[in-house]
Amino acid sequence: MKGSPRLPTAARAILAGDRRTLARVISWVENGSPSAEPVLRALYPRTHGVPVVGLTGPLGVGKSSLISTLVGLLRARGRSVAVVAVDPSSPFSGGSVLGDRIRLERRPDDAGVFFRSMASRGAAGGVATATLEVCRLLDAAGFDVVLVETVGSGQVDVAIREIATTSIVVLVPHLGDEVQTLKAGLFEIADIFCVNKSDLPGADVARRDLADLVAHGPYEGGWTPAIVSTSTTAATGTEELWSAVEAHEAFLDRTGGRRAGERRRLAAEIVGLVRDRVGRELTGRLERDPELRRLLDAVTARTLDPRSAARRLRLASPPGPEGRR
Amino acid sequence: MSGPRRPARRHPIRVLIAKPGLDGHDRGAKVVARALRDAGMEVIYAGLRQTPEEIVRAALEEDVDLIGLSILSGAHMALFPKVLKLLKAQKAGSVPVFAGGIIPDEDAHRLKKAGIRAIFGPGTSLEEIVGTAQKLARRRA
Ligand SMILES: Nc1nc2c(ncn2[C@@H]2O[C@H](COP(=O)(O)OP(=O)(O)OP(=O)(O)O)[C@@H](O)[C@H]2O)c(=O)[nH]1
Ligand SMILES: [Mg+2]
Repeated sequence: MKGSPRLPTAARAILAGDRRTLARVISWVENGSPSAEPVLRALYPRTHGVPVVGLTGPLGVGKSSLISTLVGLLRARGRSVAVVAVDPSSPFSGGSVLGDRIRLERRPDDAGVFFRSMASRGAAGGVATATLEVCRLLDAAGFDVVLVETVGSGQVDVAIREIATTSIVVLVPHLGDEVQTLKAGLFEIADIFCVNKSDLPGADVARRDLADLVAHGPYEGGWTPAIVSTSTTAATGTEELWSAVEAHEAFLDRTGGRRAGERRRLAAEIVGLVRDRVGRELTGRLERDPELRRLLDAVTARTLDPRSAARRLRLASPPGPEGRR
Repeated sequence: MSGPRRPARRHPIRVLIAKPGLDGHDRGAKVVARALRDAGMEVIYAGLRQTPEEIVRAALEEDVDLIGLSILSGAHMALFPKVLKLLKAQKAGSVPVFAGGIIPDEDAHRLKKAGIRAIFGPGTSLEEIVGTAQKLARRRA
């Protein structure tokens, strides 16, 4: 298969380390462009399943700063690293300001680092699918580690579990109330709790509170979340944080958790893709297909309720094979 | 521009906003960034004190449609042409670059000749900046 002449040009370029093409294909994925599909298909067998480390947490806790320190640590150890930083799109304008790059420090000519900002866009398929596919492109492009930053609120927060092999929830001292309200969600997500800004007062208390909460295991899969204190301004804790990531990744390999997690994520991805496709097809057919239009007419005239219509819709017309448009 | 010949773009315009040079004020750049966001653009905000190398690298990694540079320190005659030169060297000379800041008319004229597509002085309205940015990005799409 290697060097197969049938490989799409863009796929070949990405495998050869062409960063410009990589950046362009990422845009195709973000835009839902059909051009992305053959490239993703060709590159999928070339992915290695590299560690994808998610950093999530409330606004301004230092996620991007931590990413910059982790990039520094990984580069010092000779490992290449790609970063994907996801920020929400404005629900009003659809635009966004993506400011995570500001914190990045690297040698300007260091080809071992790649940084990409993404807006969540809130389009069909959602941020999870697009981000997963982007991570896969970065994996195929040869990066040893992928770091993903998301803001920990709403949908993006939960999505990190569908993307990352190790998830770090970043908190800061005096987030007590926030921890209490987010507790349920956070504990489902976190493989590692990182108390950043530990140069500020209250870090020890925060760490102790977290330890009390974490003690309420057992956890699915048998991993008890690690707790690490960091300060990017005092440059402390970075090594400990990365050690915790490596410990979790090693745990996944030791216990078979990597395969199980990958299967779970792939299942969620496939279900999501099918849901999108069925949704698109039905939405299109609702106005074209005479029978479906009659159903819609009936619901509009209140002789049929939406649930009954939905049930008939599914039974009457299962989604046809793709390509038979 | 937006006549029937050209289909509407299906995705937001991506624009890089960066501040080359050593001055430490980015209030103006941030105001412009927010205005572009409110017009539906995805604004990659690269922040202060960016070298031309960093700016071009960010533009390529982020695959932007447009680059906006802001400067107050007076180093524009050195830094802006450098950005354009590096873009060309990367075969990305077609990415339009606009600029804002305190730039004397004479310099502005020369920078435009060098390939900076639009230059906005301190008094320019946000509407004008947004409108021009949209036009520049659309013309390229
Ligand atoms: N005191 C202190 N401040 C920090 C530390 N780490 C980051 N900060 C500051 O916290 C602010 C936010 O840092 P970022 O790294 O941008 O935080 P973030 O979580 O990525 O922010 P968003 O992406 O906007 O959610 C900046 O002003 C940093 O300088 C730390 O360890 N200690
Ligand atoms: Mg950030």
